[in-house]
Amino acid sequence: MQVYLPIAEMSVNALLVLGMGWLVGFLSGMFGVGGGFLMTPLLIFIGVPPAIAVGTQANQLVAASVSGVLAHWRRGNVDVKLGVVMLAGGVVGTAVGVWIFGILQRLGQIDIAITLSYVFFLGTIGGMMLVESSRAILRRRAPTAKRGKLHRHIWLHGLPFKMRFQRSKLYISALLPAGIGVVGGMLVAIMGIGGGFLLVPAMIYLLNMPAGLVAGTSLFQIIFTTAAATLLQAATNQTVDAMLALLLLIGGVIGAQFGTKAGTRLRGETARMALSLIVVAVALKLAWDLFSRPDDLYTLTMGLR
Amino acid sequence: MMAGLAKRRPTKRRPIKRRLVQGAAGLAGLLLGGTLAATVWAQQLVADLSSHLIAITTGFTGTEVVLFGTTDGAGDVAIVVTGPRSPATVRRKQRVAGMWMNTDSLRFDQVPSFYTVAVSRPLDQLVGRPVLERHQLGLPQLQLPADSTLPPEELAAYRSALIRNKQRQGLYAISMGQVAFLGERLFRTNIFFPANVPTGLYNVEALLIRDGEVVSAQTTPLVVSKIGFSAEVSDFARNRPVVYGVAAVIGAIAAGWAAGAAFRRV
Repeated sequence: MQVYLPIAEMSVNALLVLGMGWLVGFLSGMFGVGGGFLMTPLLIFIGVPPAIAVGTQANQLVAASVSGVLAHWRRGNVDVKLGVVMLAGGVVGTAVGVWIFGILQRLGQIDIAITLSYVFFLGTIGGMMLVESSRAILRRRAPTAKRGKLHRHIWLHGLPFKMRFQRSKLYISALLPAGIGVVGGMLVAIMGIGGGFLLVPAMIYLLNMPAGLVAGTSLFQIIFTTAAATLLQAATNQTVDAMLALLLLIGGVIGAQFGTKAGTRLRGETARMALSLIVVAVALKLAWDLFSRPDDLYTLTMGLR
Repeated sequence: MMAGLAKRRPTKRRPIKRRLVQGAAGLAGLLLGGTLAATVWAQQLVADLSSHLIAITTGFTGTEVVLFGTTDGAGDVAIVVTGPRSPATVRRKQRVAGMWMNTDSLRFDQVPSFYTVAVSRPLDQLVGRPVLERHQLGLPQLQLPADSTLPPEELAAYRSALIRNKQRQGLYAISMGQVAFLGERLFRTNIFFPANVPTGLYNVEALLIRDGEVVSAQTTPLVVSKIGFSAEVSDFARNRPVVYGVAAVIGAIAAGWAAGAAFRRV
């Protein structure tokens, strides 16, 4: 079934887009990541212009994270206080990101900047998670191994403005979650993604948050940053395709429900291992595209830009 | 010879009196000279489209428009379809530190969004180069002005890259279409517009070629426009972008909430 996308000005197979939305929604519900880092390459692959892919899926991520948060909320897995502190940082980060985006756009290098940041962030985070989770799995299989310390104290925990987060049983500097929020907000603006793939490991490894609360809390924060990004993209670039977003979110919200259920049955380290494998695979694919000779060295852009 | 051609106009549809008048006009044209003759000659070719509007609806997957027409006698016909012109930028990638990135670019001012040609016989058998260039017949003759001081071979590389990219999108025809004649005077051709056809006002030009010269031409407009739901969405997004953004966010929250609520009972 073909459907015409009014803003992207192209015709796509509705079932294909629904399926893509479902798959990404499933992963998003399972791991608590927005899935934007998967959706952007997928949309570009089926021929959607990159700018519209980025703008539209910010919109779709709003719906996916709302439905994801609801599922986590009912299980009591959202730390609202921590989420709000992260969000404060997220607003600052989004503003900074928009500013950087504008500079790169004027320099005519926004495409390669986006791809490079994808390769860098996905490669680094994915690699780190892969090493960590495989170690955790090995430790589990070797019961004689020594149990590590419950809480490792590093310099980050010595920062000022300490705040108590009862829900997460944490007493840490408010600068930590706010700083994570700043980076997340920048990613929303520059890469057009929720930033969950960065927020989740940061919350696990830097904040030492209980793993059960991480997904719900990061999704809670992502609702607001993606909503801001949608507004910004629609108002300034007119790159939000409501039809495409509708198809993606129908698939996405359904997939997210299944994903959340599947996620509760998954062990923490197994889930992290699976997520890190996907992240690394996407990073390798993007790096390959960056370094291999393109079929055509010339590209065409209609219009003034 | 000129008078003879003018007298042999399409006969079947027209009453005999008018034929006589037109024949007389043709004769007068011959007597009065070239200027009047040209106006008479402009009717040697009559062509029309099966539809003057391509409506892009939600289910649009591309469409075909039939162009049909008649000539006043033996001759060949060429059809040129040109989409609205707009600026375009061609960027060239080069290897920088192992990565392929855009390094140079060239801006073209007046690039047709769509271009296709259909002919009844291969053009090189019909007319010489000056005529091809005058009527922009065929991709090599398509005028793509660019404001640059690049050496000619560089310019040519950018130009062919533009055409290649357009062909890959299916917006410039790779080969020429076929104009089929039914008998000596009736002709028709099918013009295909893909699903990604750009919107705007198109020009469909029909040329009658005889003895290596274009002796008659007719231009027919064709509108490609979004209709119905898709038109409303794109108008909304263009005219009230902030309201559209707010609506998109509210819609997404509602959809997410509805899905979450629906799955609560499962």
